[in-house]
Amino acid sequence: MVLAATALATVPACSSSKAKTVELRVLAASSLTETFSQLGHDFEQSHPGVEVTFSFGGSSGLAQQLAAGAPADVFAAASSTTMKTVQDAGLLDGAPVTFARNRLAVAVPPGSTKVQTYPDIAKPGVALAICAAEVPCGAAAQALFTATGLTPHPATEEQDVKSVLTKVELGEADAGVVYITDVRAAGDKVGSVAVPYVEGAVASYPIAALSASKHRALAEQLVAYLSGAHGEQVLQAAGFLPPG
Amino acid sequence: MRTRVPPAVAAAAAIGGLLLLLPLLGLLVRVPWSRAADVITDHAVLDALRISLVCSASATVISLVVGVPLAWVIARARPAVRRVLRAVILIPLVLPPVVGGIALLQTFGRRGIAHDVLPFARPFTTSGVVLAETFVALPLLVVTVEAALRAQDGRLNEAAATLGLGPWSRFLRIDLVASRGAIVAGSALCFARALGEFGATITYAGNLPGTTQTLPLATYLALEQDVAHALVLSVLLLVVSLLVLVGLRDRWIPALQS
Repeated sequence: MVLAATALATVPACSSSKAKTVELRVLAASSLTETFSQLGHDFEQSHPGVEVTFSFGGSSGLAQQLAAGAPADVFAAASSTTMKTVQDAGLLDGAPVTFARNRLAVAVPPGSTKVQTYPDIAKPGVALAICAAEVPCGAAAQALFTATGLTPHPATEEQDVKSVLTKVELGEADAGVVYITDVRAAGDKVGSVAVPYVEGAVASYPIAALSASKHRALAEQLVAYLSGAHGEQVLQAAGFLPPG
Repeated sequence: MRTRVPPAVAAAAAIGGLLLLLPLLGLLVRVPWSRAADVITDHAVLDALRISLVCSASATVISLVVGVPLAWVIARARPAVRRVLRAVILIPLVLPPVVGGIALLQTFGRRGIAHDVLPFARPFTTSGVVLAETFVALPLLVVTVEAALRAQDGRLNEAAATLGLGPWSRFLRIDLVASRGAIVAGSALCFARALGEFGATITYAGNLPGTTQTLPLATYLALEQDVAHALVLSVLLLVVSLLVLVGLRDRWIPALQS
């Protein structure tokens, strides 16, 4: 007890050497990991005393955390359906803004000869990894297959898009349906095969400040920053499409 | 004599008990019972349940076949060797299951160092699920049986040897018989652990309904879209686990008896 009290008492003493910082917590879809980490850092540079922390994960899982009362200031989802559930639960401060879109691509192991065109993913003997239909990237993949009349037989339906990419990177899967930004972020660890453009398979990324935020004005500023000109520049460099 | 419980001990024990019990209550209170019948007769759910039961049972049988001899070897080893062996056995038990799955991929996967050793248990196959579950659950059986073998009265074995019983007969007719309680208890723990396995399975064997999707995997994915559905699946898992433990309690598992 005494120990705990001493420990608690020393915490403010340690941080008092720095100026008091405000922490903004952002819950964001895992496909935003690279871009948002960079943008968060940029925002901190132009806003001294503000610290932006991220929690990246599957959009639906994050939405459930919010519904269960997870403390956060901003939410960015990889699906407008997911954002709508959060909005309908009355957790948003105003309407969400779409700030980017993302299209699918097929990731393949570098130098793959098995899969060279999009229809190759449905060939027998090709181990294909996709996202499970329950998560947005899986729903998008199904929309793509339906629109292109392809009926592949996946070897696995992973729980999120990064797991699909990992299976391809490790060479366990001959192909994986992921977002084009995931392929870009993986660099030379995977190759890619383009897929036909299908409107219904394009993911929309909405962002909004949360009504539970203790720093509403600052949260709005961060939303404006992430969906603004600089944000768009960083996101498009990573392969995202403009909000359209 | 009834011992008086010191208040501090009672308080800590109550907190511990509540910590274990409250989440179960939370789960049961929220389950949409009206949907239970629909969910558990769902084709996909029955598939996941079947895969779970078949794979856990297979993992338990494999664990018995290789785990009991392993426990015997450890129990009979010189103390220095025994310490090393026991530490090695315990690693999968303390390893995060996801790490176990990655280790399996690097070993038995397509580009793994031993990719030809178990060609039938490659990633994305039902046998791959059994492999992942065995890796995680086998140590529980070994640890349980090894403890019983070491606690065994050595004089029985010596007497049998002087009466001319060979090593194989002594293993079968004395050691196995004497540790049968621990073997059943270890098997039950092993089965329950395999049934609940998630991390190593999804990492190594992936997730494909009808092939590698076990009940815990189905539950996790259901949570993405339909919490009520996931809650029913959770209770289904809970019931199956309880049936295993309660079914074996009275006759077989000394640790669970009063």
